[in-house]
Amino acid sequence: MIPTSHMLVFSLILFTIGMVGVLTRRNAIIVMMGIELMLNSANINFIAFSRQLGDLAGQVFSIFTIVVAAGEVAVGLAIILALYRNKDTINVDEVNIMKG
Amino acid sequence: MTAYLWLIPVLPVIGFLINGLIGRRLPKRAVAGVACGVVLASFVLSALAVTELAGMPEDQRYMENRVATWVPAVDAGGGQKGLAVDWLFTLDPLSAVMILIVTGVGFLIHVYSIGYMGEDPGFWRYFTYLNLFMAMMLTLVLGGSFAVMFVGWEGVGLCSYLLIGYFYWKPDCADAGRKAFITNRIGDLAFVIGTLTLFAWFGTLEFRPILQAVTAGQGPAWVLTAVAICLFIGACGKSAQIPLYVWLPDAMAGPTPVSALIHAATMVTAGVYMVCRLSPLYVMSPTALTIVAVTGAATALFAATIGLAQNDIKKVLAYSTVSQLGYMFLAAGVGAFSGAIFHLMTHAFFKALLFLGSGAVIHALHHEQDMMKMGGLKKHLPTTYKVFFCGWIAISGFPFTSGFFSKDEILWRAFQWSPVIWAVAAFTAVLTAFYMTRLMGLTFWGRTRMDHHTEEHVHEVPGVMKRPLITLAVLALLGGFLSVPAALGGHWMPFTLEHWLEPSLAHPEHAEGHGSAAAEYGLMFLSSALAMLTMWFGYNLYHKTPEKAAAWKQRFAGIYEVLKNKYWVDELYDAVVIQNFYRLCRAAYSLDVRVVDGLVHLVRNLTIGFSYLSVFWDTWVVDGLVNLTGRTIRTSSGALRKVQTGFIQSYASAMVFGMFVLICLYMYVS
Amino acid sequence: MAPSAIVFYMLASMCVVSALMVVTRRNPIHAALFLVLAFFCVAGIYVVLSAEFLAAVQVLVYAGGIMVLFLFVIMLVPLDAGPARPPARHIAGSLLLAGLVAGSLITFFWNALETRPGEGVEPLTAGGGNIETVGMELYQRYLLPFEIASVLLLVAMVGAVVLARKKT
Repeated sequence: MIPTSHMLVFSLILFTIGMVGVLTRRNAIIVMMGIELMLNSANINFIAFSRQLGDLAGQVFSIFTIVVAAGEVAVGLAIILALYRNKDTINVDEVNIMKG
Repeated sequence: MTAYLWLIPVLPVIGFLINGLIGRRLPKRAVAGVACGVVLASFVLSALAVTELAGMPEDQRYMENRVATWVPAVDAGGGQKGLAVDWLFTLDPLSAVMILIVTGVGFLIHVYSIGYMGEDPGFWRYFTYLNLFMAMMLTLVLGGSFAVMFVGWEGVGLCSYLLIGYFYWKPDCADAGRKAFITNRIGDLAFVIGTLTLFAWFGTLEFRPILQAVTAGQGPAWVLTAVAICLFIGACGKSAQIPLYVWLPDAMAGPTPVSALIHAATMVTAGVYMVCRLSPLYVMSPTALTIVAVTGAATALFAATIGLAQNDIKKVLAYSTVSQLGYMFLAAGVGAFSGAIFHLMTHAFFKALLFLGSGAVIHALHHEQDMMKMGGLKKHLPTTYKVFFCGWIAISGFPFTSGFFSKDEILWRAFQWSPVIWAVAAFTAVLTAFYMTRLMGLTFWGRTRMDHHTEEHVHEVPGVMKRPLITLAVLALLGGFLSVPAALGGHWMPFTLEHWLEPSLAHPEHAEGHGSAAAEYGLMFLSSALAMLTMWFGYNLYHKTPEKAAAWKQRFAGIYEVLKNKYWVDELYDAVVIQNFYRLCRAAYSLDVRVVDGLVHLVRNLTIGFSYLSVFWDTWVVDGLVNLTGRTIRTSSGALRKVQTGFIQSYASAMVFGMFVLICLYMYVS
Repeated sequence: MAPSAIVFYMLASMCVVSALMVVTRRNPIHAALFLVLAFFCVAGIYVVLSAEFLAAVQVLVYAGGIMVLFLFVIMLVPLDAGPARPPARHIAGSLLLAGLVAGSLITFFWNALETRPGEGVEPLTAGGGNIETVGMELYQRYLLPFEIASVLLLVAMVGAVVLARKKT
C-alpha cells in the first residue's frame, strides 16, 4: 500500500519544479514545458485520489486536463511562432511591449 | 368779525397763490388787479375789525380767533405737558394800529408798483412775492403767540430775500438778498433761544398767558432779562440795529417800491412791534430796557453820520431808516412804548413817501441813482418835487408835521430818562435834517448835472404812481394829529394814539409825570428851532452856494472818507467773522475729505490687502490642493506603473504569490 | 514492499530527475527530450495506479502529440535566438516563491500527510483494465463536458492555424 501522502509529496515536487522552470527560464518554449509539468503533477494528484477513493471522476477529469493541455500547447506554440516572426526573438525578457 | 380775523392774513395768500400759479399767463391788468384787490380787501377787513374793536369798552378791547390746532398737546410725562401750538390770531389796540398801517401803506405801494414795475417782464413774480410778504407781515402782527408770530417773522425774512434778489441775475442783488437773509438768521437764533426759554419757564408760547404771568411777578429777574436781551438781538437783526444793520443799505439793490414797503414801513418795524408787544416783559427788566435805549440811540447817531456822505439817493434813505429805527428803539428803551409806535406810524408815512418819491426820480432819470448826476429836477418833476418836499419837512421835524409830533414825544421822554441820551438824539435830529436837506439840494435844487441824453427823456410819473404819492404826502403832513401830546392840548382831541394803545402797552414806574410842562414846551421849541435852522442852513448851502459844499467836502476829506465808506464796518465783519467762518468751513471740509477719503482709502487698501491674501490662498492652498491631487496621482501612478513590467514571468510570479496568499487565507479560515 | 510500490518509487525519482533536467538544460532539444522521459514516467505511474487508459492517452497525446509539436517549433526557431542565463536574483526569487508555496501547501496538507491505516493506494493487480468503465463514465455522466472539450479542441485548432499563419 503506497501512502497517499507520498503521492501528494511527489506531485508537489513536480509542481514546484515546473513552477521554478516557468519563473526562471528565458526561453518561451521551455516556459511552456514547465507549464506542462505543472499540469501533469495535477493529473497525478487526481489519479491518486481517484484510486484511493475508488471514484472514476478523477480519471475523467484527468482526460479533460490532457485535452485542455493539448489545446493550450497548440495555441501557445502558435503564439510563440507568431511572436518570433514579429519580434525575431523568443526571449521573454525582450517581449515587454506591454510594459508601462 | 372776531371769527374772520384769519381772513386778513389769508386773503393775500390767495393772491399769492393765484399770481404764483397762473400769473405768468395772465395779462398784467389781471395780475395787478388780483394783487391790489386782495390787499384792499384786507385793508377793508382790517378797518372793519378795528371799528368793531373800538366799539368795545376800553378794558375789553381784545379779539381772539383760534382757527385750528397746529401742534396738539401731548403729555410729556411727569406732569409736564408738551408744546401745544394753535393758529391763534388776536386783535388788540396795538395790532389794530399795525394792521391798518401795513394794509394801508401796503395798498398804496401796491398801486404805485403797477406803474413802477410796468415794463418788467417778471411783473407777475413781483406781485406774487409782494402778496406773500403782506400775508406774512399780517401773520406777524396778528399772531397771538410766539409760534404764529415767528411764522410771520421768518416769512417776511424770506420775502425780503426774494424781493431784494428780485433781479436775481445781477450778482449784487443776489448777494444783497443773501446778506439780508443770513444777517436776519443770526438775530433769529437769539430770538428762538429767548422764545424757548419763555416756553421752558411758562409752559406756553401765547402772549396773553406769558405777559399776565410776567406782570404777576412770575419768573426770576435774570431769566426775564436774558430773554428780553435775546429777543432784542432778534429785533436787531430784523430792524437793522447795531450790529446787525449791515444788510439794510445793501438791500437797496431791490426795486424801489420794495425798499419802501419792506425796508421802511413794515418789515423793519417788526422788531419795534415785538418789543412793544412784550413791553410788560421789558418793563420787568430795567437792564434790558437800558440796553435797548442805548443801542437805539447809538444806532441812530451812527447811521445818521454815514448818511451824510452817501451819494446814492437810496442809500441816504436807507441809513436814514436805520437811524429812525434807532429812534423807535430809543423810545421803547426809555419806556415810551406808545411813542415808539407813534414814530413807527409817522415814519411809515414819510419814509414810504420819500422812497416812492426817489423811485419816481430814478424812474424819470432811467435808473440813475447817483445824486451827483442829478440836480435841478425841481422844474422837470414838479409833482414829485412837491411830495418830496412834504416828506422832507416831515422827517426833519418841521413843526406840526407828523415827524415833528412823533420825534418830539421821543425827545421829551428821552430827556426825562437821561439828558445825555437826549443830547445824542437831538444831535441826530440835526444830522437828519441836514442830510435830508442835502438830498433835496443835490437832487432838486441848483443847476442840473444831468447829461443831455438823460435830460431829454426826463418825464413826470404817471397817474398810477402819482396818486399814492399824494396820499402819502397828506398822511405825512397830517398824520401827526393822531397823537397830539397832552401839552399841546391832546386832551381835547377825540383820538390820541397814546390813549388808544394804553391797554396793550406797559408803563414803567419811572414813566411820565415828573417833568414840568414848561420843560416840555422848552424842548419842543428847541428841537423845532434846531430843525428849522438846519434846514435853512442846508438850503443855503446846497441851493445858493453849492460850491461851498464841495469846498467843505475837501476840507473835511478825512472824515468824509470815513463816513462815505460807512466806517468800513462791512470790511471789518468780513475780516473778523466771514473769513474765519470760511476758514472753519475749509477746515471742516478738509477734515471731511481726509477722514472720509481716508476711510475710503483704508477700506480700499484693506480690500486690496485682503485680495492679496485671497490670491495667496487661491494660488497656494486651493491650487495647491488641486495640484497636490494631480501630483499624488501622477507619482503614485508612476510608482504603480512599475508593476506592469511587461515581463511575463513577473506576472507569473505575482500569480504564484497570490496563490500563496490564498492558501494561507484558506488555512486560516479553516 | 510490494513490487508495484518499488516500481512507483523508481518511476517517481526518475520523473523528478528528468523534470529537473528539463528546467535546467540550456539546449531546448535536450529539455524537450527530458520532458518526454518525464511523461513516460508519469505514464508508468498511471499504470501503477490502475489507470491504464489514462496512461495510454498520456503517451499518445502528451508524448506523441504535444512533444512533437514542441519539437517542430523548436526546430522552426533558430538556436542562436535562444536567450542567455537568467540573472541570479531571478533564480533566487523564484526559488523563494516556490519554497513559500510548497511550504504553505505542506502546512495545509499536514494532516493529510499522516498515513492512516486503510488509506493508501493499492498496488496494481493483474487482470482487467478500466477502459470500459471510463468510457461508460465519459459518455454517460460526463457527456456534456466531453462535447464541450471537443468544441474547445476545435477552437484551439482554428486559433492555432490562424495565429501561426504566415502573413502574405
